[in-house]
Amino acid sequence: MLKKILYSLTAVLILVSIYLVFFYAPIPVDPKSAGGDPENFKIFYFHLPIAISAYLAFAIVFVSSIMYLKTKKQEWDIVALSSAEVGVVFAFLTLATGSIWARSAWGAYWVTWDVRLNTSLVLFLIYISYLMVRQAVDEPEKRARLSAVFGIVGFLGVPLSFMSIRLWNKTTIHPVAELNYSTFSPLLTTLITNFAAFFLLMASLIIFRIGVEHLKEKGNEMKRKNSL
Amino acid sequence: MNIRENIKPEQVYLTRTGESTIISINNLSKIFGTNVVLKNINLEIKKGEFLTIFGPNGAGKTTLVKIMSTLVSPTSGKVLIDGVDIKENPVGIRKKIGVISHDTYLYTELTAAENLRFFGKMYDVLDTEARIDELLERVGLKYRKNDRVGTFSRGMKQRLSIARALIHDPPILFLDEPYTGLDQHASATFDRILSGTNAHDKTRVLISHDIERGISFCNRAIILANGHIAYEMNDTELGDLLKCKTIYDKLVEENK
Amino acid sequence: MKFLHIAWKDLKAEFRTKQMLNSMVMFSFLVIVIFSFAFGKESSIYISVIDRKIVDLLAPGMLWIAFTFAGMLGLSRSFAGEKEEGCLEGLKLCPVDRSDIYNGKVISNTVLMFLMEITTIPLFIVLFSYEIKNIPGLLLVVLLGTLGFIFVGTLLSALTVNTRTREILLPVILFPVLIPVILSAVTATGVLLAAGSIFEIAGELRILVIFDVIFFIVAQLVFEYTIED
Repeated sequence: MLKKILYSLTAVLILVSIYLVFFYAPIPVDPKSAGGDPENFKIFYFHLPIAISAYLAFAIVFVSSIMYLKTKKQEWDIVALSSAEVGVVFAFLTLATGSIWARSAWGAYWVTWDVRLNTSLVLFLIYISYLMVRQAVDEPEKRARLSAVFGIVGFLGVPLSFMSIRLWNKTTIHPVAELNYSTFSPLLTTLITNFAAFFLLMASLIIFRIGVEHLKEKGNEMKRKNSL
Repeated sequence: MNIRENIKPEQVYLTRTGESTIISINNLSKIFGTNVVLKNINLEIKKGEFLTIFGPNGAGKTTLVKIMSTLVSPTSGKVLIDGVDIKENPVGIRKKIGVISHDTYLYTELTAAENLRFFGKMYDVLDTEARIDELLERVGLKYRKNDRVGTFSRGMKQRLSIARALIHDPPILFLDEPYTGLDQHASATFDRILSGTNAHDKTRVLISHDIERGISFCNRAIILANGHIAYEMNDTELGDLLKCKTIYDKLVEENK
Repeated sequence: MKFLHIAWKDLKAEFRTKQMLNSMVMFSFLVIVIFSFAFGKESSIYISVIDRKIVDLLAPGMLWIAFTFAGMLGLSRSFAGEKEEGCLEGLKLCPVDRSDIYNGKVISNTVLMFLMEITTIPLFIVLFSYEIKNIPGLLLVVLLGTLGFIFVGTLLSALTVNTRTREILLPVILFPVLIPVILSAVTATGVLLAAGSIFEIAGELRILVIFDVIFFIVAQLVFEYTIED
């Protein structure tokens, strides 16, 4: 029941946020300073919440990895797996929305030396590796243990990657939105709605993924009982 | 046929049992993921006892020994060795245990003496050199002392692994399918060395699926099947190889 | 101090055959030589100022490719070798802390990799006609970078040895985590090769030190889980 409420709320919020972005929200930068078609900057309303959601999902992987090693409860492993998968999708969407926008604003899909771009890429690569570790172990208990270790090590690498990339190239052309923080400004309303929508989307997907994993387990259980 | 007639009387005499409990296992269970490997094992092993645990592949024998030797932590239940919970002080417990397995745990690039020296250091053995000479003498490998283990035959490696396991003179010895890969002759040599060492003062737990070998030295035998202790043989059965085999086959069939 | 015995045992076994060290050195030599061919005339002495710039830009990265890929050879065998006669289990049965096993392996891996690096650097200098003014500074960068590589690498080597794909998986999961080390080490090496002073690379050195410290501590805490049965 609670799940259903969450799922429907997510769907409604996503629809609302799409409506707001296309028909209500202002362009989040000064149109004169923007390269390309200023309308393209509206992708920022999706891009930022998705990026933050990805980071959040990976933070969940980190915490549940620690919890798994502490308690050895399989539940934590399922949470870690689900968050990692959802996080990878969100990280990919971050890169995709960023590249689409960059083609318009900078004239290139990819600018090799931008710090946020590269940090997102590193993040994406680390969690692809995480999923590869999971794939390479068959026994569930060992898989949970080894991937938990990697979930911890990988997450700790992220801030250092950010620092080293920033140092490696001190300039960034990644725009920083100049937010008008006056209450209920259309920009802030849209942004907050989008944040809420994408956080909920992430949570729903993770919870849905956890449910799938539970079903899988039930299926295995039934198979075992049948074979006995 | 009573195979126990072949055993020298002093060996039977030296295996004093019934003194005090050295290993006690209470309600031990181990679950790997959703796979129940051991369920509710209760077992007391007395000081000086030679216990053989029989069981088919996948019965949980190796897991049981791994838990007792602190390599695997149990899902629930307790194991006490010398009255100490193995979870409390695994490093201390490991000093009391020697393991001879089908793997030799030897470094093939190092010589026999170097291997023993390394393990001697690991176990804080005092006067390592004298101990190495003594052990190599016993397992009949003194003449290969400074040869690389990689050049040894399987039988020789296994004999050296006896020396390795005894380097710190542990009161408890676990033997996990030590006959794997040994031919008839090498197995007999292995047995002779094992009984020739002061191993008969020690508590020994042998794991085997080979009834014939496993029964010859032990003074107690249990059958592990499907994760629980399915049967404990009594003394008359222990003396009767054929009967043991029948019981074992029947239990394995039942627990498939 | 038991980790010293473990490291000593590894090094003794290695120096009896020198198999691993030879392949590591040979591999890193080959990388340097192949790159010097690939750069063609730019790497020779008769080069213009512009071409020299290209070499200066690419050489540090190439040097670290040689180091890390050759180091990977050693790392992937570090625990795989222990599995041959079941040695890792024998080691775990010894009354030592799990972190002693890790620290022992770290020492032996670092020694091997550092030996490989200090034999590679002269070849690199000869083929690309560099003149290194600040040798202690370069060695410091190499050592800090190597430590970061080994701290994470040894941990992940123990992790992958229990997986299905083993040696193939290690580089795939190791390099994304190592990006901070490789980036900082490459930049710092570049500055030093261009006769820059050690103060110019203070930022890079700081990241290397932070990385080394963090992962050394984390590895002590989580290593036991990688070799558990």
